[in-house]
Amino acid sequence: MTSSSTVLYDAPGPRARALYRVFSATVVVLLVAAGYFVYRALDDQGQLTAEKWDPFLESTSWTTYLIPGIRGTLLAAALSIVLALLLGAALGIGRLSDHRSVRMVSGFIVELFRAIPVLILMIFAYQVFAEYRLFQSQYLALAAVVTGLTLYNGSVIAEIVRAGINSLPRGQTEAAGALGMRKSQIMRIILLPQAVTVMLPAIVSQMVIALKDSALGYLIGYVELVRQGQQLGAYFQNYLPSLLVVAVIMIILNSALTRFATWLEKRLRSSRRGRGVATPAEPATVTAAPGMDITGTAR
Amino acid sequence: MDLLSKYGSQLLEAFWTTIQLTVLSAIAALILGTVLAAMRVSPIPIARAIGTAYVTVFRNTPLTLIILFCLFVITQTLQIRLASPSSPTYVADNNFRLAVLGLSVYTAAFVCESLRSGINTVHIGQSEAGRSLGLTFGQNLRLVVLPQAFRAVIAPLGSVLIALTKNSTIASVIGVAEASLLMKTMIENEAAIFLIGGIFALGFVILTLPMGLLFGWLGKRYEVAR
Repeated sequence: MTSSSTVLYDAPGPRARALYRVFSATVVVLLVAAGYFVYRALDDQGQLTAEKWDPFLESTSWTTYLIPGIRGTLLAAALSIVLALLLGAALGIGRLSDHRSVRMVSGFIVELFRAIPVLILMIFAYQVFAEYRLFQSQYLALAAVVTGLTLYNGSVIAEIVRAGINSLPRGQTEAAGALGMRKSQIMRIILLPQAVTVMLPAIVSQMVIALKDSALGYLIGYVELVRQGQQLGAYFQNYLPSLLVVAVIMIILNSALTRFATWLEKRLRSSRRGRGVATPAEPATVTAAPGMDITGTAR
Repeated sequence: MDLLSKYGSQLLEAFWTTIQLTVLSAIAALILGTVLAAMRVSPIPIARAIGTAYVTVFRNTPLTLIILFCLFVITQTLQIRLASPSSPTYVADNNFRLAVLGLSVYTAAFVCESLRSGINTVHIGQSEAGRSLGLTFGQNLRLVVLPQAFRAVIAPLGSVLIALTKNSTIASVIGVAEASLLMKTMIENEAAIFLIGGIFALGFVILTLPMGLLFGWLGKRYEVAR
């Protein structure tokens, strides 16, 4: 191992290795003690009996609770990711516009929705949709969840798009301009295709956030995984097992997406080098805190 | 204006709860996150493993689930109470503390990741020089690396703090009387939904905007000159 962090210490000698073994043993003992404490508490409550875990072996608890939950979570996440990508592309390009007014408007929208909690957006959207009967009542919660997630993630993606396009060398725009391309052509044919490779990892990690945040639908009564897990726990009086199962499902979903992002980043990095596409120094990341930099000084 | 005279004091109270949640969890998350970051770069294999596992688990679990877990598992199943059950404000106190606990353990994972990227920005010669002076790992981290790492991550930590402020709304899932819970009550009982939405949006903009400006300024001010 020669990563930069290992320079903090020497390769362990015999004494250090002995010391590490003592540390490891202590940690294991502490973990076992903590585990025993939890075990005793659970046992006292009768939470460890097999019947508390039985519901997960029956198909009905999956078909009634967990699978509709997973479907709800994935549906809300997928819809809001697609819509957020569209919104993000529009706002991101808007922030790079040559017209000051377009820059100001998209900057205002982006900074506003990055500063407001997603939950507040959802509660507000729910009430507006209910008040003006914009959706059928069974789709009300879904619509509110998707609206909240889209507005927030769209704003974040707008920033990613802007950072991605800004990270391209200036010569790309100038060369395209010299060839007589219009602004829209430069954006569509030259800048966006190159920026997409820079932006993809950041966009996929934003998708993980959208997937995770769809659990906020819990608070406005949307049928998603966390709510279903809680209902299952309430029905069988087995909160610990049900919430653990839900957590495991969420962790698997999210780490699959995260791993996909890492893999994609590596793959794009290596393939970019070969093809001789303009390579920005850094992958696009958003550094500015929300609420800053509304006018968006282009380049 | 009617709305403000009717709900004015409640609004202030709700946002005060939001601020309390944010500040307390921020302090706890900063401490826990620093310890985790130290564990992740430490020479002890088991500490690294625990740090990595912690970050993987808590970064990938929805905060809603973590806070529900706190209530249903810690208090209802394990019967661990964070407030005296005999006190008249037991439920409110207990749930507030559970929310702080949930927010801190969740945010600590993000603090840890920011700090670790900060540690990576510290030039390798710095810790080599520290080691050649005979500093141990702990001394090296404490005296040489972390002070520089913290200065490099002021702005990212500011973003984490802003995210924490916004995430504190999720505490309403276990009934903590903060801003989003009041918003839900108000928006269901009053007709002026756009006004109410505007009030709460403005409240959060007022909370987060100065934070972003302050941390951006601090980050520039304390930037490590290289």
